Amino acid sequence: MIEQPAPKLDILRRRDAIVAGLAALLPGSGLISDARMLKPYETDGLSAYRQAPMAVALPETTEQVAAVLRFCHENGVRVIPRGAGTSLSGGALPLEDAVVVGMMRMNAITTINYADRHAVVQAGVTNIAITQAVSDEGFFYAPDPSSQLACMIGGNVNMNSGGAHCLKYGVTTNNLLGLKIVLIDGQIIEIGGEHLDSAGYDWLGLFTGSEGQLGIVTEVTVRILRGPEGARAMLAAFDNNEIAGACVDAIIGSGIIPVALEFMDRPAIHACEAFAHAGYPLDAEALLIIEVEGSDAEIDFLLASIKDICNRFNPLSMRVSQSQAESLAIWKGRKGAFGAVGRISPDYLCMDGTIPTSQLPFVLRRISEMSDSYGLKVANIFHAGDGNLHPLIMFDANDDSSFHKAEEFGADILRLCVEVGGCLTGEHGVGVEKRELMKVQFNETELNQQRRIKSAFDPAWLLNPSKVFPLDGLSHAA
Amino acid sequence: MITTPTSEAEIAEALRTATAEKLPVLVQGHGSKLGMLRPVQAARTISTSALTGITLYAPKELIISARAGTTLSEIEAALAAEGQHIIAEPPDLSGLFGPSEQTIGGIVATNLSGPRRIAWGSMRDHVIGLRAVNGQGEILRAGGRVLKNVTGLDLCKLLTGSHGTLAIITEVTLKILPAPQATGTILLRGLSPARAIAAMAQALGSPFSVSGAARLADGKTAIRIEDFAPSVTYRCEKLADDLADFGTSEIIGTAESLALWRKIRNVEPLAAEPEEAIWRVSVAPSAGPAVLAAAERAGAHGFLDWGGGLVWLAGPASGQTHEAISTVTRQAGGVWWLMRAPDPLRVAVDVIPPEPGALSTIRRRVQDSFDPARILNPGRLYAA
Repeated sequence: MIEQPAPKLDILRRRDAIVAGLAALLPGSGLISDARMLKPYETDGLSAYRQAPMAVALPETTEQVAAVLRFCHENGVRVIPRGAGTSLSGGALPLEDAVVVGMMRMNAITTINYADRHAVVQAGVTNIAITQAVSDEGFFYAPDPSSQLACMIGGNVNMNSGGAHCLKYGVTTNNLLGLKIVLIDGQIIEIGGEHLDSAGYDWLGLFTGSEGQLGIVTEVTVRILRGPEGARAMLAAFDNNEIAGACVDAIIGSGIIPVALEFMDRPAIHACEAFAHAGYPLDAEALLIIEVEGSDAEIDFLLASIKDICNRFNPLSMRVSQSQAESLAIWKGRKGAFGAVGRISPDYLCMDGTIPTSQLPFVLRRISEMSDSYGLKVANIFHAGDGNLHPLIMFDANDDSSFHKAEEFGADILRLCVEVGGCLTGEHGVGVEKRELMKVQFNETELNQQRRIKSAFDPAWLLNPSKVFPLDGLSHAA
Repeated sequence: MITTPTSEAEIAEALRTATAEKLPVLVQGHGSKLGMLRPVQAARTISTSALTGITLYAPKELIISARAGTTLSEIEAALAAEGQHIIAEPPDLSGLFGPSEQTIGGIVATNLSGPRRIAWGSMRDHVIGLRAVNGQGEILRAGGRVLKNVTGLDLCKLLTGSHGTLAIITEVTLKILPAPQATGTILLRGLSPARAIAAMAQALGSPFSVSGAARLADGKTAIRIEDFAPSVTYRCEKLADDLADFGTSEIIGTAESLALWRKIRNVEPLAAEPEEAIWRVSVAPSAGPAVLAAAERAGAHGFLDWGGGLVWLAGPASGQTHEAISTVTRQAGGVWWLMRAPDPLRVAVDVIPPEPGALSTIRRRVQDSFDPARILNPGRLYAA
C-alpha cells in the first residue's frame, strides 16, 4: 500500500474560509466543495487509491488559474493539477488537505496554422480533438496514447505521454513548441513559442513530463504534421517469444522503421481477440502488429520486405491487411487491450517499464516465473520497437491480499526493468505508484539534484506533493 | 591553464576544488565553438577531449553511447559502418570558426542541429541518456539507454543546450536511426524569400515526408526527400508536379543531393566574410522573410533553412546590426544566438534574448542547484 503524507491540520481547520476564498475567485459553478460532488475527483486511472480533496477548482481562464494558485500559495494550500483523470500512475490522486485544479473547462482550440504547422490549444482539450480539428486538411497530432479519446493535452504534457506510433513520430516532448504556464505564486510565463529551437535552458523539455511538480500548464502550442498518403498494418505470429524478439531486431536492422511495431504475448492475444474479433491467431505464443506508411506502392514494397524478413523466422502465420477497415480492426484489438483484459479479470494493474529490446526474451521469461510464484496471471503488451513493456497484472480487488501481491509483483517487474538496463516508466509517469521505486533507479545525489530543481520552481512544495519523489529525503524541508 | 582529465572522477575532483576556491572554469571539448555567445573569463580550462571512446553501440536498439570527448567523426564512422546516422545531422562549423574536430559532448552542450531538424527533431530530441558532473563535483546520471523514459525530471533536456553552465557532460547516449538508402532534392530557382516560404510550406505540408527545406542566398530553393530509392523517386516526381506553380523544377539524385545538403548543414551558403559577425535566428517559418529583409536593411545577408524557421545571417559586427536583428526577431516572437563576433560586441550585447523576470529568478535558482559557486562557464549564456 502507498503511504500518503499526513494532512496539515491547520489547513483542514481553515477549510470553510479557504473554500469561501477560492469560490470568490471562480464565478458561477467554478468551485466544488460538496462531498457528493467531489466523488468523481477522488481517484484517477489508478483506481485502487481514493481520497477526496478539500475542494475542486474548475477555472475557465489562465487568469483564474493564476488567482487560484496565488491564493493557495499565500495560504499554504497544496494543489493537485488534473486533466481528464486518466493517469495510470496516480498522478492526479488528491490529498485530504489539497485543492484539485481541474483543467477541463479550458477546452478551446485557439489557433490552427497550417502554413507554420502548429496549433495553440488550451490544456483541457482532449488529445483526439486536436487531430480531429486538423484532419480535414490531412494533418494530425502525432502522440496517440491509448486513452486519447479522453486524456487531455495538459496531462499529456505533464506526463510526456507516448503512444503506439512514437517509434517514428516521438513522444509528447518531441511534438511541442510552446507552453503557457502558471507558477505557484500566480505568475504567468510563456516558454518556447512558434519556433523550433529555443535559446537558453530548455524549459520546455524540463517542464514536459514534470508531473505537475513545477507549475500548471494552461495553454500548449503543438506541432501538427501532415499525414502520410496511407497506412496499412500486418500481423505476424510466432510460436515463441524469443523468435518474435529476434524478428523485431531483424526488421529494425534492415533499415525499415515501421510507424508502429507492437508485440503481444499469448494471454494478451486471447484477451484482445475475445474483445475485438480482429482475427488474431489463437495458436500463437507471440504476435507482432507492424504498420507502415506511404503510397500503395510504397506500402506494398515495405510490407513485402518485412514479410521476407518474417519468413526467415518460421512464422506460424502472417496476414497483411487488405483494407482500411481491416487495419482498424487490427488496431482495435491492440488499442482496446486494457479493456479486453478487464473482461477476463475485473481488476488489473497496468505496469509500464522500458527495457533494452535485446532483453525481451529474458524479461518475459522472468515475468512468467514471477507470475507462477505470485499466483497471479499476467498479459504482456509491448511497444517492441522502443522497448516499452506493459504487463497487465490481474488480481481480485475484493481480496486485499491479492491486491498487495499484485503491487509487489508489479514492483518486482519494474526492479527487473532497471536491473537489465531499462527504467521504471516509459510513458505513464512515476506518480504515487512508483514514487518509492525511484531509489532503485536513482541514487540520493541524483534525487536531490531533481528535488532542488523542484524547489527552484516551488520552494514550499505545494504543487502535486507526495508524487514522483520518495516521501523521505529532502522534499518539504527544502 | 588547461587540464584534460581522463576520467569522470578527475573532473569531479577538479570541480569540488574549484567550487571550494570559487575559481571559474572554462569548459570545452576541442574548443571548436568557443566563439559562440559570450566569452568566458577564467584562469582555468577543463577540456573533455581526453575522455574518449564509444562505450556502447547497439545498432538493433538504435542507440549509441560515447564519452563526451569522442569526436563526431569517430562516431559518424562507427555508425556509417552499420548503415546508421545521427538523426539531427549536427553541423561542422569549421567554416565559421576555423578548422577543428568537434566532440559529441560539445555538440550536445550547444544543441546544434542541421537541416533534418525540421522533420526529425533536434539533438535534444535524441539525447536519451547523459552522465555529467555538476559544479559541486557531484556525478549525475540522467535518462538511460532506452528510447522511452519518463522517470523523474528530464535532466537530459535541461543539460542539452546548457553550454556547460550547469554541469560538465561526461558521457552521452543518443537515439540513432538507419541512414536513408537514397536522397533526392527538388530545386526551384529565382524564388523571392516569401515565394520560397510558400513553396516550402506546401512541401512540408505534403504527405511526402520532406526532410529538408532551405532557400539559399542566391534564390535557389531546395527540398529534400530521404528514404528507400523507389520512394525517393516516386515522391520527388509527385512533389515536383505539385509545386508546378512555383516554376520549373529540377530533381537531383543522391550523390549531388548529399553534397548540397552537406554544404547547407555546415552553413556554407552563408558565405560570411572573415570580419563579419554571424547570427542564428529561430522563428515561425512564415516570419523568416521579414527577419531576412530587416537584416538586409541593416547591411547583413543570409539564408533560410528549416522551411524558413532558421535564419543564418552575417553582417557588420556592430551594435546597430545586432539591434536590428534582435528587434525584428523579438517582434516575430523568435529567438537569436550571436554565433560569432569580436569580443567587445559579444560582451556588450544580449547574445540570446533576455528572459522574462519570473523565469530569470527561477533560472538563477536552477543554476544555484547545480553550480552554487557559479564556476562553470560564467557569463557564456547569461550575464548574471
